[in-house]
Amino acid sequence: MIQAEAKNVNFYYGDFHALKNISMTFEPSTVTALIGPSGCGKSTFLRLFNRMNELIGNTKLEGSVTVDGKDIYARDVQVDEIRKRIGMVFQKPNPFPKSIYENVAYGLRVNGTNKKSVLDEVVENSLKKAALWEEVKDNLRKSAMALSGGQQQRLCIARALAVEPHLLLMDEPASALDPISTSKVEDLIFELKQQYTIIIVTHNLQQAGRISDYTGFFYLGSLIEHDKTQKMFLNPADERTQSYITGRFG
Amino acid sequence: MTRKQLSQRIAFSTFTLISLVVVAILFVILGFIIVRGASVISWEFITGKPEEGMTKGGILPAIVGTGCLIVGSMIFAFPVGVLSGIYMNEYLGQNRLRRFINFMTNNLAGVPSIVFGLFGMALFVNYLGFGDSIIAGSMTLGLLSLPVIIRTTEEALKSVDDSLRTGSLALGATKLQTIRRVVLPVAFPNIITGLILSIGRVSGETAPILFTVAAYFLPNLPQSMYDQVMALPYHLYVLATSGTNMEESRPMAYGTAFVLIVLVLLVNLLANLLRKTLSKRVKM
Repeated sequence: MIQAEAKNVNFYYGDFHALKNISMTFEPSTVTALIGPSGCGKSTFLRLFNRMNELIGNTKLEGSVTVDGKDIYARDVQVDEIRKRIGMVFQKPNPFPKSIYENVAYGLRVNGTNKKSVLDEVVENSLKKAALWEEVKDNLRKSAMALSGGQQQRLCIARALAVEPHLLLMDEPASALDPISTSKVEDLIFELKQQYTIIIVTHNLQQAGRISDYTGFFYLGSLIEHDKTQKMFLNPADERTQSYITGRFG
Repeated sequence: MTRKQLSQRIAFSTFTLISLVVVAILFVILGFIIVRGASVISWEFITGKPEEGMTKGGILPAIVGTGCLIVGSMIFAFPVGVLSGIYMNEYLGQNRLRRFINFMTNNLAGVPSIVFGLFGMALFVNYLGFGDSIIAGSMTLGLLSLPVIIRTTEEALKSVDDSLRTGSLALGATKLQTIRRVVLPVAFPNIITGLILSIGRVSGETAPILFTVAAYFLPNLPQSMYDQVMALPYHLYVLATSGTNMEESRPMAYGTAFVLIVLVLLVNLLANLLRKTLSKRVKM
């Protein structure tokens, strides 16, 4: 079974050919790490799956991107419907300047759910899944801005989980965090894998090794190699993967 | 002392001196008005009507008139200005149209206020047939304050971190929901600044109300928005230049100036307070 798939994808920012003929599939309940040097296109590739690249003008996409067997770039697809089903966690924690409760409830509210009993339950469950509940359960009305960076990032994960996404995209979610917060987020990703399909962009190779089942190596807009993480790290097929993993460039 | 240090010292002394001169000028103006005007201020002056050829009595009609014009112009200009600002920053990218609108807004800000007055007279008073009235004056003053409101709204929105917008969109919110629920609450305290600045300007303008609303002498308070009113800046002008007995009405002129300045200060203080509470509520 395939949860998400990109098929012969080419992507352009203006004249710049950012992604070159990329095909990749993602199985349910797996973590796939996207690695590669800066500017290799891995974040651009990630953002294809919730159509965030469209926010920048003058881009062009060729090929198809499907989630749950549905082409998310089809003409009749509403972009906000797509984004609701695909959660995203960003590099820098970006909680809204609202209370902890309202941050988690936001995704439901904008999609028309305002019933208190439903919201209460979802907020609690999402915060529990994001391993933040115990730390904030007595302060749900407190501003999210008062949380530490690591807590904010887990709040952002809870916020993404609240709308019950099918796919979770993470763009270097731990790169702005201290080591302890980072390991908490990594543990969390490991837990979330049971229920979600996760694609994570990371610059941290140890992190990719620790948390992912599959790894894709991007270089200059091309997908060089995509395989089981263990195989990629121990016995890469491509010389460039080998060089990158052993730190010879990047 | 080396040459470098010496020139540094001279430069900074000059900067300090010039800044002090600016502050001093402001204090001299304020002090002048306070010294000359404060003695006239009494309960009767604030709440009474002008009497005996405007040499006695009070200036209540002018205070009420200016209040009406402030409220009226903001009712008109605030929604228009804020919505334009939102359109420009959130919906228009950095394109030609935006640069064009920006260019025109800047030009609008540079138009002399007497020209606004003439335009207001032609459009609101004559063409639309409002006559000399609060509504005509308010709309004219509203036009005058639009550039400031549009510009500050735009700047306030620009300072909202983009990560909040993408975060909201990624959760399936539409652009409108994102603006209404995330962007505007964050930007609102700064938008209020635009309101403060324009209120300060509106309450002091004379030229735009000259042909559109201001009355030379009208002791009765306005009954509807189609009435004429007296206004503080125009009343001041009248007292200082064309009263029936100029020597006698001079203290009244200083009193009026005093009230006008206090009014502007009060509005600024109030709005500042509002902005602080609002931004505290956002940050919590």
